[in-house]
Amino acid sequence: MGRFRTILTDIWRVRSGRTGLVLVVLILAFALLGPLLSADPNKINVADRFLGPSLTHLLGTDNLGRDLFARTAVGTRSALVISLAVVSASLFLGSILGVAAGLLGGLGDRLMLVVFDVVSAYPPVILALGIVALYGTGYWNLLFVVTILFIPQFGRVARAQTLALRSQSFIDAERLLGLPPYRLIWRHFIPNIIGPLIILASMNIPVVITVEAGLSFLGLGVQPPAASLGTLIKDGYIYLNQSWWPTIGSAVTLSLATLGSTLFGEALRDAADPKLAGRIRL
Amino acid sequence: MTAGWVRFLALRLGAALLTMAGAILLLFVLTQFVPGDLITIMLGPRVTPELREAFAERMGLDKSLLERMWLFFSHAAVGDFGTDVISSRPIREIVLEVLPKTLQLAFAAMLIGGGLGLLLGCVAALRPGSRLDTFLGFASVAFITTPSFVVAIFLLLTFSLGLGWFPVTGAGDPNDLGDRLAHLVLPASALAIGWIGYIARLVRASLLEVLSEQHIRMMRAYGVPERRIVGRYALKLAVVPIVVVVGLGMGELIGHAVFVEIIFARPGIGSLIYNSIMTRNYPVAQAGLLLIVFVYVTANFAVDIVNSLIDPRIARSLDLRGNS
Repeated sequence: MGRFRTILTDIWRVRSGRTGLVLVVLILAFALLGPLLSADPNKINVADRFLGPSLTHLLGTDNLGRDLFARTAVGTRSALVISLAVVSASLFLGSILGVAAGLLGGLGDRLMLVVFDVVSAYPPVILALGIVALYGTGYWNLLFVVTILFIPQFGRVARAQTLALRSQSFIDAERLLGLPPYRLIWRHFIPNIIGPLIILASMNIPVVITVEAGLSFLGLGVQPPAASLGTLIKDGYIYLNQSWWPTIGSAVTLSLATLGSTLFGEALRDAADPKLAGRIRL
Repeated sequence: MTAGWVRFLALRLGAALLTMAGAILLLFVLTQFVPGDLITIMLGPRVTPELREAFAERMGLDKSLLERMWLFFSHAAVGDFGTDVISSRPIREIVLEVLPKTLQLAFAAMLIGGGLGLLLGCVAALRPGSRLDTFLGFASVAFITTPSFVVAIFLLLTFSLGLGWFPVTGAGDPNDLGDRLAHLVLPASALAIGWIGYIARLVRASLLEVLSEQHIRMMRAYGVPERRIVGRYALKLAVVPIVVVVGLGMGELIGHAVFVEIIFARPGIGSLIYNSIMTRNYPVAQAGLLLIVFVYVTANFAVDIVNSLIDPRIARSLDLRGNS
């Protein structure tokens, strides 16, 4: 807990970290409380279509007269849920694969690297487009596809960390003392490599949000009538000549969410690992 | 041209070929698990048995899995993707026809991103810690994090629909260079925004690193003007990482071109893949995907070569690293 507080203080101390933290808290509050405070996001009222912002409809209404504040809040919530789910799943699977590759060495290691390379040889959006189109759209398919896209990154980092750790003498000592491999992995490898992986995960959250919104924008992600920031922007885009409000509300929310989580992620990286501070990593 | 460099070259080339082969295999495996019957999808539910058979033979669907895999692989490796069922034109022709449009878009975006990014990065690095530097740093992050399709929509709204400065959609008259350029400005800018921010941060960071080195301090001590130090000496070193980023970013850029091409209704490889996926014309989508992977792998290979020429240590360190 002490370390957690130190990191939080460090994030707060930097201006960009402070901005990020505030934005993240605001977005979280919007996603959690917004749906509770507002009308039914799927309630259609055609008479009230394309209204501008007002007290009853804070962000206006869309082409079917649905309340955009409620829909944007629900969309933000689903963006956050999806990004957290995807990042945790790819963190988990990527770490297993990466640690396995690092410990196995030799041919297995090489093979794993080639697989990572092949998956990352496809531009992410394009590969996701292909897989979703082939296997159908849907919530779980979306999660599955985006998770696959992010596994190689975590895998590579986990592997590199494992390699660095494997040659250290305390690992040899534990091995000589007869610690079984699973205990060795659980007690020594996981705690020692998890730091950079969590930082990577936090930096990937905005990326996942963007990918999800992009796929939903193309009609390949979250399906209507469920709201996602991507589908909201798309709906707004279709009716641009009638009203700008639907696009603006969702686009600004999306941009603020990605901006906030990026600033927060970078501040977290700098706070947790001062060696990396100020450097930009690819 | 040392033996080590040749070895490096061979290893990188091998890795590139292996990745390409893996990508082809991955695509084949993916298409094997498509739910539903491919023939029904392509020809519709009321197809006659004779037509079915003829189509299956033409597509090689009557052969065993391994045979099909080999057929797909050997054809894809030489760029032969058969004939499009819908337009009866060779697929290779269809794909290669739109590739230049996407490449123009990508290069234009790189030019805008690289140029403006370099400029903003230098401005920020010359006065580190100043208000301008802070502002540019913040703006860069905002540029990076705003999704390209959001930028595209707002550029379209403001400059095409609102102000009417630029044409709304399409790629312009192919015989009119001015018209084509006018059609290129907004899509390329939308694609470039993120790169402006990214390259600006990169230039700032690497310029500051170079400026703190001993030989630059030496020059300062001798009274060489700051402008001359940056322009003549520091920038040359600071630009090196940009080459890497620009090369590696090519694939991502082409991936994001999908959004921009769809929003601006611009023909290109991205919109071709999207449209053929939407109409379930898988062979064309496959060919498009592989072409993009090919461009990406080639760009990566080129970056590796350029890098090793700029910095010979990279080729030598390969053995120490043991991996890519």
